[in-house]
Amino acid sequence: MAVIEARDLRRTYRTTTGVVRRRSLEVEAVRGVSFEVAEGELFGLLGPNGAGKTTTIKMLITLLIPTSGTAKVLGHDVVKDAREVRKRIGYVFGGERGVYERLSGWDNLRYFAELYGVPPKEQKARIEGLLELVGLTGREHERTEGYSRGMKQRLHVARGLLHDPPVVFLDEPTIGLDPVGARELRATIASLVEAGKTVLLTTHYMFEADALCDRIAVINKGQIVAHGTPLDLKRGVADGTVVEVEVFGIPDGTQDRVRRLPGVLSVSVEEREQAQMLIVQTRPEVELTQSLLGTLNGAEVGRISKREPTLEDAYVSLVSAEE
Amino acid sequence: MRALRLLAFGWWFQFKTISRSPFEGLFQIIYPLFFATVAFLMFRAGSDTKTLLYASLGSAVMGMWSATSTTAGGAMQRERWHGTLEALVASPPHFALILLPITLAMSTIGIYCLVATLLFGRFAFGIDLTVEHPAAFAVSIVGTVLSFGALGFLFAVTFVRYRAAWALGNLFEYPVWLIGGFLVPLVLLPGWVRPISWALAPTWGMNAIRESSLGGTPWPDLALCLLLGVVYVGIGVAVLERVLGAARKRAALSLT
Repeated sequence: MAVIEARDLRRTYRTTTGVVRRRSLEVEAVRGVSFEVAEGELFGLLGPNGAGKTTTIKMLITLLIPTSGTAKVLGHDVVKDAREVRKRIGYVFGGERGVYERLSGWDNLRYFAELYGVPPKEQKARIEGLLELVGLTGREHERTEGYSRGMKQRLHVARGLLHDPPVVFLDEPTIGLDPVGARELRATIASLVEAGKTVLLTTHYMFEADALCDRIAVINKGQIVAHGTPLDLKRGVADGTVVEVEVFGIPDGTQDRVRRLPGVLSVSVEEREQAQMLIVQTRPEVELTQSLLGTLNGAEVGRISKREPTLEDAYVSLVSAEE
Repeated sequence: MRALRLLAFGWWFQFKTISRSPFEGLFQIIYPLFFATVAFLMFRAGSDTKTLLYASLGSAVMGMWSATSTTAGGAMQRERWHGTLEALVASPPHFALILLPITLAMSTIGIYCLVATLLFGRFAFGIDLTVEHPAAFAVSIVGTVLSFGALGFLFAVTFVRYRAAWALGNLFEYPVWLIGGFLVPLVLLPGWVRPISWALAPTWGMNAIRESSLGGTPWPDLALCLLLGVVYVGIGVAVLERVLGAARKRAALSLT
């Protein structure tokens, strides 16, 4: 039996604009998402900002009611048996919000230990163990308003694990962390799976999904556009080639012109210090270097290189294909 | 048993959170003193000491009510701003067991307003604070705090669903001063207002506090005050699941 099961989940947000002439707008954030996560699996939901990752996770942790579709966690329906689901899951949202800033980390954890029904006799040992796990030992009696962003996020992780839940939802847990903090947190996430927990992780960092996840679903504009193991996704573009062109002052409309070239699979531009990097993924048999240079309207060009596609290229290719 | 523990711990946690805000603390110190000054200046014209004690108690309960009505909405708003409302809703207990301690903590802060106002009257205006039945007076205050917390809970239920509903707390602040008979005896109000007064626990709480301090019998008033408090909690609990369902449906929990 799947531990997490989503069937054709949809979620529409309604907003209104205008004061006198009010207009109602509907935004389809999630459009028919289905997937299953097996026991002990670390499943990644990978997608750009606004793809529908957080909306999906909020439906699964009972904070949002789906517009249609069903979802179950450990066999309990997230709408009808919300309380049963809540008892069995832990969740961690990235970011600094979600803590009582005037109180200490210890107070925050004590409160949530009560809310999650951790037996009073076990609370102290449980909290101390989690503080050790997330590296906050020694800082637990300071007010959380003085915590760094990374410390607050680690406190979130500790809070999400207080009641030792079998299923953990992590929504972009490493967002905004410095590289060392993010690496430590990824190690903590890996240890959760080693401890037998089922984890659903959302992220927009490809390397994070690659390093941690057993399986990945790529979500874009509210729909899953691909799923499989990181290796499966890489194989999908393994036959292609990636050309990187360093350009000093990329002309407007370059991406559109490149996209129209025959054999181009995806195009993206990354800002570098003094230049932009035009990254073009092509079919293997296609030689495009001269054509690419022709689209740059004489802009100054630096280094040009070719390489094998990575998971990041697979991701860009999948997301671009939907545009 | 677990529910009681959760209520008690939640109350202590929320009380600690509120009492650590220097700004709100200052607000709680200064605000009631304005009410008290106005009330004392109004009632000083009549030199009867009982009248001044009447005014003193009235302005003290005004402060208690203001602390509850205005800050209950603010508390929900603060939970939204801090992103903790979602964390609370996503936890397993019935949300009433989480929400009620928040509003009870607010009304407990109101005790400070009561004490500060009475002491201010004593030392700034020389009002005699002789309380005829101290034990009954203390019980009346506790009962009034509980019923204020219960009424704040009823308000807070709407604040969960409607993020701008905190303004309702401010809206109800002044009318209840009047309708609850805090400064003006209810007999002076138009007849049609009285049923509204009777439906408000603060009216009976005020009566109980006055009766116990001026030598009367507070128990019937206190019983009604507590009964109304139970009714408020009952209504709140009955509609809370529906309100939460609507908030989850309309994605209103994370809006700030």
